[in-house]
Amino acid sequence: MAKKVALLQGNQACAAGAIYAGAKFFAGYPITPSTEVAEELSNELPKVGGSFIQMEDEIAAMAAVIGGSLTGAKSITATSGPGVSLKQELIGYACIAEVPCVIINVMRGGPSTGMPTGPGQSDVMQAMWGTHGDHAAIALVPSTVQEIFTETVRAFNLAEKYRMPVQVLFDEIVGHMRERIEFPEPGELEVIDRAAPTVGPAEYKPYDATKGQVPPLAAFGSGYKFHVTGLNKAADGFPTTKAEYVDAEERRQINKVKDNADDIVKFEEYLTEDAEVVIWAYGSTARSARYAVNELRKEGVKVGLFRPLTIWPFPEKRTFELAKQCKAIVVAEMNLGQMVLEVERVAKGNCVVVHEGRVDGEPINPGQIAAKVKEVL
Amino acid sequence: MSSARLEVIERNCKGCSICVEFCPKNVLEMDMFLVKVARPEDCIKCMQCELLCPDFAIKVHDA
Amino acid sequence: MSYDYEKSIRPGKLPHIWCPGCGHGIVMKGLIRAMDTCGLDRTNTAIVSGIGCASRLPGYLDACTLHTAHGRAAAFATGVKMAKPSMNVIVCGGDGDGTAIGGNHFIHACRRNIDMTYVVMNNFIYGMTGGQFSPCTPTGAKASTTPYGNPDPVFDISKLAIGAGATFVARTTAAHPREIDKLITMGIKHKGMAIIEVLDDCPTTYGRRNKFRSVVDMMKHLKANAVPAVAAAKMTAEQLQGKFLTGVLFQEERPEYTAQYAEVIKRAQGA
Repeated sequence: MAKKVALLQGNQACAAGAIYAGAKFFAGYPITPSTEVAEELSNELPKVGGSFIQMEDEIAAMAAVIGGSLTGAKSITATSGPGVSLKQELIGYACIAEVPCVIINVMRGGPSTGMPTGPGQSDVMQAMWGTHGDHAAIALVPSTVQEIFTETVRAFNLAEKYRMPVQVLFDEIVGHMRERIEFPEPGELEVIDRAAPTVGPAEYKPYDATKGQVPPLAAFGSGYKFHVTGLNKAADGFPTTKAEYVDAEERRQINKVKDNADDIVKFEEYLTEDAEVVIWAYGSTARSARYAVNELRKEGVKVGLFRPLTIWPFPEKRTFELAKQCKAIVVAEMNLGQMVLEVERVAKGNCVVVHEGRVDGEPINPGQIAAKVKEVL
Repeated sequence: MSSARLEVIERNCKGCSICVEFCPKNVLEMDMFLVKVARPEDCIKCMQCELLCPDFAIKVHDA
Repeated sequence: MSYDYEKSIRPGKLPHIWCPGCGHGIVMKGLIRAMDTCGLDRTNTAIVSGIGCASRLPGYLDACTLHTAHGRAAAFATGVKMAKPSMNVIVCGGDGDGTAIGGNHFIHACRRNIDMTYVVMNNFIYGMTGGQFSPCTPTGAKASTTPYGNPDPVFDISKLAIGAGATFVARTTAAHPREIDKLITMGIKHKGMAIIEVLDDCPTTYGRRNKFRSVVDMMKHLKANAVPAVAAAKMTAEQLQGKFLTGVLFQEERPEYTAQYAEVIKRAQGA
């Protein structure tokens, strides 16, 4: 049987991916350019017996998503620039309390209100360092409408598997672009549900990591009574200031991502085998970069594309290998220098690292990238 | 003779003296920083001490 | 006779962290009695709080307890209730948490009339941070940040709740322990948003700065100035000067939010 296909906007594909992943709860607040995710889910969630609520503000939306997730419902919110800034405190709450949830960030420019209808890729550092304190982060950056669907499913899977917030960042261009999408059949994509407790209510400790880095999370109302707090806590979930507990918990929460980077990091390469210059680009910019690679190859330039789908944890291993192999890495992104800092850090001086950025609300075009490649050759 | 037995859970008592002050029969006294059951025979089991104790530190039992 | 509070309290959690004489413990006892009276299954009851002294309450209770971020309790609780409407949801916290940083969530939870019972422990001060003035600190009172007297006007939490659309609003004080559980019981049984404001004492950071010689003084003040709403109806404005009304202040029936959303689900599924 032929697959179901449709012409879909990126934001709509995101909502469809959420439903495919089993999302049962959305709380949000209207903000351009992410609003269609909310609109779509207000339509779709009640059909599958889930619920949608438009909250009084961005902070409330993040709070409600964490509350909803604690009842066992796969929960999601969607926002953009200023909304993500407002959500940051509670993203940190979801990190320390280890509550799975998905945060969609359809990126526009900034700071502040910036250019709400223009594209940007300037929240990529915020995705890692936006909330205060030491913590791990997972952030995914799809490039196409199809990928927005699949990466939204993957975001839920990672959130549930690693019991933490996962952000999906796509720029306004991909969010509002309409493209052909093939809907995966049920069962075609892996859908992961959070691990159920292996012990009964009497023995259950919500942060007991003796059997693995990610302790199972019981659902409120399922027979388990337990405490959840944003304070540093011991395995039993109750606040503590004892140095050894605080230290062990913080390290475990970071290590659960660090130690599983190979499982979380995903990327795609195009003609990098013999590349002397590697373009490092993500989101809509990677589409321009691929075009640039094709054009440059026609001229005989040995250039390739590294396209991360995961930016946090940072794809260190492969970026380092490429740095050793090539003469230069051109990092193209719609900001004035963010992921390039990570690429520079990881390249450890093995190659030249240059940045090609743009923040005028226009996409980075292939010619601009190609010119930069020629400049470094 | 009162049919009440008053129990002070010293571990919980913070010595705020609310129970002493609100006892209508003057059954309780402060002894340094803890409450002391001074005149148990006068207790009329009105429960004010137990209801008003913020610290879960005093209980009125049937004797 | 002696009430069995211990069955509702997590083992080893007492003594609690609150200062000598702090009324939060009295409120917690009232809440336990009310939950028992209503026969709430604690495995199916979420008790949600924000940040502050009063917000430490859920940690002591043997239930599904959620100690969240400053001001956000009502919003977290809304998520819990929306995702699992069958859960009993109780929110508790202080005046600063609920009406300053959490003011927006407070009024919108009232507006939606979502089925939860919110116990606000109003002790007129930010206690945990050492006694800064809150929106409920009386005008003229001393706080660590109003050394010359508080210039701010005061929020009346109950009036705020009524104005915002809560469908059950009641007030009592920490000096009226039997009324605490009576009103919380009514609030839990009420289908919709119930706000129970409990005027509370903070001897440590409010009392000593404001000429209360002891916690007993504060309790006597609460007892002496509480006027049941029914009695107040027959009193003059002059007689009511400096008094606060207690008892059920407002009650009405209005569609509850999750029940309304259940209808949305039916419509979406074409029923």
